[in-house]
Amino acid sequence: MSTMTTTTAPTRTAKPLPTPLKVGLSRTGLEVKQFFREKEQLIFTFFFPIIFLGIFSAVFSGTEFADGVDAATYFTPGMIASGIFLTSFQSLAITIAMERDEDLLKRLRGTPMSPQSYFIGKIGLVLATSVMQFALLLVIAGLALGVDIPTEPVKWINFMWIFVLGTASGSVLGIAFSVVPKSGKAASAVVTPVVLLLQFMSGVYFVYGSLPAWMRTVSEFFPLKWLAQGMRSVFLPDSFEANEPGGSWQLGTGAIVLSLWLVAGLLIAQRVFRWTRRDAG
Amino acid sequence: MTDNDIAVRVRGLVKRYPDKVAVAGVDLDIHRGEVFALLGPNGAGKTTTTEVLEGYRRADEGEITVLGVDPARGDRHWRSRIGIVAQSSRDEAELSVAELVSHYAGYYPSPRDPEEVIAWVGLQEKRKTRTRKLSGGQRRRLDVALGVIGNPELLFLDEPTTGFDPEARRQFWTLIENLRTEGTTILLTTHYLDEAEHLADRVGVIADGRMIEIGTPETLGGRGARTARVSWLDADGAHEVRTDRPTAEVAALMARFNGEVPELEVRRPSLEDIYLELIASVGVEPAVLEGAVR
Repeated sequence: MSTMTTTTAPTRTAKPLPTPLKVGLSRTGLEVKQFFREKEQLIFTFFFPIIFLGIFSAVFSGTEFADGVDAATYFTPGMIASGIFLTSFQSLAITIAMERDEDLLKRLRGTPMSPQSYFIGKIGLVLATSVMQFALLLVIAGLALGVDIPTEPVKWINFMWIFVLGTASGSVLGIAFSVVPKSGKAASAVVTPVVLLLQFMSGVYFVYGSLPAWMRTVSEFFPLKWLAQGMRSVFLPDSFEANEPGGSWQLGTGAIVLSLWLVAGLLIAQRVFRWTRRDAG
Repeated sequence: MTDNDIAVRVRGLVKRYPDKVAVAGVDLDIHRGEVFALLGPNGAGKTTTTEVLEGYRRADEGEITVLGVDPARGDRHWRSRIGIVAQSSRDEAELSVAELVSHYAGYYPSPRDPEEVIAWVGLQEKRKTRTRKLSGGQRRRLDVALGVIGNPELLFLDEPTTGFDPEARRQFWTLIENLRTEGTTILLTTHYLDEAEHLADRVGVIADGRMIEIGTPETLGGRGARTARVSWLDADGAHEVRTDRPTAEVAALMARFNGEVPELEVRRPSLEDIYLELIASVGVEPAVLEGAVR
């Protein structure tokens, strides 16, 4: 600090504020940078489904599920669904809880940044990471594990809306759930078990049809089950539909349940979101 | 005095929490271009008062204007005219100094130049360092950089030098003096009386949610507060007299003791002594005081 100089203060004129969208996109860039610099996030959110897909296809390599569907093929849609849920719900619930605890949210609230910009940044982060994760999963499944990647346009159209509804509902629910952990340190410990439980019950790690009926009933209330089922409709052969409980992909019901969670999450997030810690009065 | 000369105007600020009254009727005027230091023991209401002015909390009663606007209704444009340096921060650990400062510059309509601000707080060698790896003092300087990047008219500094070594504090003071020279109004809360004495044009002392005195560091405590004290020891014990003529007092003592005066001491009360007397006069417990003075 020995070479201290004064800065030239720009004249204060009534210049317009930067638009919330511009600041939001700048926040997106910052969020993505931070995400890939944090090892914990990178491993437990980004690479987790990819690692699990590798493990599961190795463990069940000799097992044929039905109609020539091998382990890698069966678990690919589940891991894609799981990945979407991790990059949206888990990632946002944990990071926002930590950012609140570290007073980052309070600092931001003290600047002219619009709240919209903050959420644009978060949504941008979720989109960027989930698209990258999906691409990586697809490349590994297709090239290394020999999974057949669908080519029919109608499957990819279905994929698009399931992906968008899944990331959107996961994001708003993650934003809402970020108020549950009492501290930043507790965030992982509170959020991760919830996600794990949902993954087990929603048939990400097992063949959904083989789960006990009561567990399937419980999972039907939550979005991940519908997300996973929707992804199975895209990545498994049409003949596999007969193996689903009820013999159908249930895409219509899935769309309704995911949309309901999206709306509910949006309403809850608006009500419960806070910029300061709970103990801050 | 016109409204244009007033940066902060507070009349009858009251803020209650479920378990206590944090601020019980504070009045305060801060002039533009002034460095105002808010002193007081922990729990006296400093932080609550500041957070109301910053727009983080709503006052239960009172008339408050900050840069002509009620902070409870402060919009983004108002926010672009103030800067806040809160207490200890540890957020955004994975971003570098340069990344953060230029990102925050993008929030404001007419920000300062990020590289200039980084150089000004003395972090140019650390500009590519992630904030996680900064020392406490460096992190504090980064906080100041983020607080001034928007070129604020009014800057809030909450205990900016807590945990600094003496040299770092002196360097930090120079930063603040530079800002004052440029005409930035500063509201400083601090536990360090020498800091207030060095930096502040005026000082306000808060205790028990009330402003018990406002004055310049020289006049705080009223007339006579800075009178010299002469103390010594004799067979009856310790003595202390307050006098405007300490030299005459010492000469008289020399004559009486016929030479060396045991434990002779002549001193003028520091701002810290005056502050402690002020706080003691309103009956704040010493336990609370210890925390306040260091």
